[in-house]
Amino acid sequence: MSERRLADLLAMWRIRAFEEKVRDLRAEGPIVGSVHLCIGQEAIPVGACGELEPHDALFATYRGHGWALARGVPARPLFAELMGRASGVNGGRGGSAYFTAADHGFHGENSIVGAGAPIACGAALAGRFDGSHRVAVSVFGDGAMNQGAVHEAMNFAAAFSLPVVFVCENNRYSELTPIADMVRAPRLADRAAAYGIPGHRIDGNDAEAVRFHVRDALEVAREGGGPTLLECMTERLVGHYIGDAETYRRPGELERVRRREPIARLREGLLADGVPAADLDAVERRARAEMAAAAEAALAEPPADPATAREHLYA
Amino acid sequence: MRDLTYGEAVNAALHRLMEELPETLVYGEDVGVPGGVFGVTRGLRKQYGERAFDTPISESAILGSAVGAAMMGRRPIVEIMWADFSLVALDQIVNQAANVRYVSGGRLTAPLTIRTQQGNAPGACAQHSQCLEALFLHVPGLRVCMPSTPQDAYDLLVTAVHCDDPVLVVENRTLYFGRKEPVRTDGPVQPMGGARTRRAGSDVTVVTWGAMTHQVLEAAEALAREGVDAEVLETPWLNPFDTETVIESAGRTGRLAVVHEANVTGGFGAEVVARVAGAGVPLAAPPIRIGTPDVRMPAAPVLAQALVPDAARVIEEVKRLTKAGAP
Ligand SMILES: Cc1ncc(C[n+]2csc(CCOP(=O)(O)OP(=O)(O)O)c2C)c(N)n1
Ligand SMILES: [Mg+2]
Repeated sequence: MSERRLADLLAMWRIRAFEEKVRDLRAEGPIVGSVHLCIGQEAIPVGACGELEPHDALFATYRGHGWALARGVPARPLFAELMGRASGVNGGRGGSAYFTAADHGFHGENSIVGAGAPIACGAALAGRFDGSHRVAVSVFGDGAMNQGAVHEAMNFAAAFSLPVVFVCENNRYSELTPIADMVRAPRLADRAAAYGIPGHRIDGNDAEAVRFHVRDALEVAREGGGPTLLECMTERLVGHYIGDAETYRRPGELERVRRREPIARLREGLLADGVPAADLDAVERRARAEMAAAAEAALAEPPADPATAREHLYA
Repeated sequence: MRDLTYGEAVNAALHRLMEELPETLVYGEDVGVPGGVFGVTRGLRKQYGERAFDTPISESAILGSAVGAAMMGRRPIVEIMWADFSLVALDQIVNQAANVRYVSGGRLTAPLTIRTQQGNAPGACAQHSQCLEALFLHVPGLRVCMPSTPQDAYDLLVTAVHCDDPVLVVENRTLYFGRKEPVRTDGPVQPMGGARTRRAGSDVTVVTWGAMTHQVLEAAEALAREGVDAEVLETPWLNPFDTETVIESAGRTGRLAVVHEANVTGGFGAEVVARVAGAGVPLAAPPIRIGTPDVRMPAAPVLAQALVPDAARVIEEVKRLTKAGAP
C-alpha cells in the first residue's frame, strides 16, 4: 500500500517539479507566451492515467502538462516544445497550450474551452468500428461545463452509450471568476442525471480516490455501459496563467489550499504510516533532479527551423 | 484631452457610454468583478452595478442574449475575449444578429456591439492567433472596425455603440498596454467610415488596418530614407469601407499595396484590390497584397516570425513594387 502511495508521490512530484521549472523558464525567457500550470491539481492525472490502456485516447486542455507527463510523455520533448525547439513533441507548433503526443495516447491539449469533449466522443465512436473498443477520456474544467459543446458531447455519448469518461477538474475558478457565481446548482456532477449517466463528485486531491472512480468508469465503459462524469474537486495553488495577479482570492484562501493540496496531504499520510521523512525528501529530490536534467537538455537543443514553418499543412 | 493607452481609451469609452446611454449593458467572461483579463472593463462593475456583469463561459448565450436584448431596446456591449472564441457561437452573429433588421423589414433592429481582440503575440498558439476580420466582412448586415490608436480605440467604440446595427469592434491585445497618447474624450467622435492618411506620399499607396498599421508606418519611414515616398492609408472601418479615398490615392501614386496580418487568400486585401481594379484605376505595376501566408499559426516565436508580416517584409515588398513596371 505505501509502495503505491510512494509511486503516486513520485509521479506528483514529477509534475510539480516540471511545472515549477516551467515557471522559472517562463520568468527567465526561454519560454514565451501564455502558460497555465496545474500545480495543486496533480492527483487527478496521476490517479487516472495509470488505469488507461495504451490504445485509450486522452483529450486534455491548455492546463495539460501534468496529463501528458502522467500519460508517459517524456519531460524532455515537452520542455523542448514549450521552448520552441525542433525536438519538441510538435516541433514548436503546439506550444504550452496546444501540444499533442499521439504516440503516447495523449491526443492533445486544447485551448478552446470545451472543444475536446465532442472530439473524445469521436475517438470512442471510432473504437466501435476499428475493433479497439478504446475508451476516450475527456478532461476539462468547471467553467467548461457551461460551454455548449460539453453539453452536446455528454448527451451524444449518453445516447449512443459511447465509452467516454468525462473528467471535470473543478478547481473552483474559471479564469478569474468563481464557478459558484456562474451556476445555480454548484454540484456539477449532478448534471449527469439529466443525461442518464452516472456522475460522481470525488476528492480530486487524492490520487487513490481518483484511481478508484476512474477504474470503475472505465470498466462500465468497456462493458458497453456508456459514459460517466467525474467531478474531481481540487484547487490550483497558482494563478490561472503565469502573470495572473490573483486578486480574486479571499484572505487566507491560499493558506487553506496549501494545507489540503495533494502532495502535502499524501506526505502527511505517509509520515503517519511511519515512512521516514528522509525517504519522502528523497522522492522530491529525485523528481527535481530528473526535471532539471530534462530542462537543461532541452534548453541545449536547437530552435525550430523557420524554413519548416509552412510544412504539414496538407497531405 | 487625456493621456491614455489604447486599453485605457477603450475603458474611457465604455465609461462614457454607460454614462450617456442608460440602455447599455457590458458583459462577458471576467469583464465584471475582475474588470477583464486585460483590465479594459475595469471600474464598470463598481460604478454601474448590475449593468456590468460576468458571464459563464458560454459564447452562444453571451452573443444570443445580446441579440435578444438589443431587439428589445437595450444596447449590449459584449466581449468575446479572443476573436477565435467567436467561432464556437458564429450562429448568433451570422444567422441571427445580421438578419434581424433585414428580415423584419426594419421593424426590429439588433444594435449590439461585440468587442473582441485578435492577432498573433509571441508564443500564442494556433487557436489564439487568428485574424478573422474577413470572415465577418463576408457577412452583409454587420459593421466591422479595427482601431490601432488610442483615439480610434475610443472613437470607434463610441460610434459602434451608437450605431443601430450590429457592430464588431476588433481590438488587438498587443496594443492595450502601449504608449499613452492624448485622447479627446469629450464632445463628438469621428463618424463611422473614412480613412486616415497616416503618412502622405507620392510614390505608392499602402492601405492597412489594425496593429499592422504600426509596422507599415515604421516601414514607410525607412522607405523614405531610401527615397521611396509611401502614402499610408489606414482604414479603421472595414465595413463601411472608404473605397473612394483608396481609389483617389492609388490613382495619384499609380501603385497599390495592401497589408494585413490575416492570411492572404480570401483576406480583405483581395477585396480592396478588386475594388481598385474594378474602378479602372490605371496602375504602373500590378497591385500587391502582403499578409500571412496561408498556413496555421505555430506557437514558437521563431516560427511565427517567419510568417507574420513585419516592417522588414513590408519594406522589401514595397521597394520591389516601386521598381516594378514603368517608372
Ligand atoms: C471557447 C472559449 N472561451 C473562452 C476561453 C478563454 N478561457 C481560457 S481558459 C478559461 C477558463 C476555463 O475555466 P475552467 O474550465 O474551469 O478550466 P481551468 O482553467 O480552471 O482549468 C477561459 C474562459 C477559451 N479559451 N475558449
Ligand atoms: Mg476551473
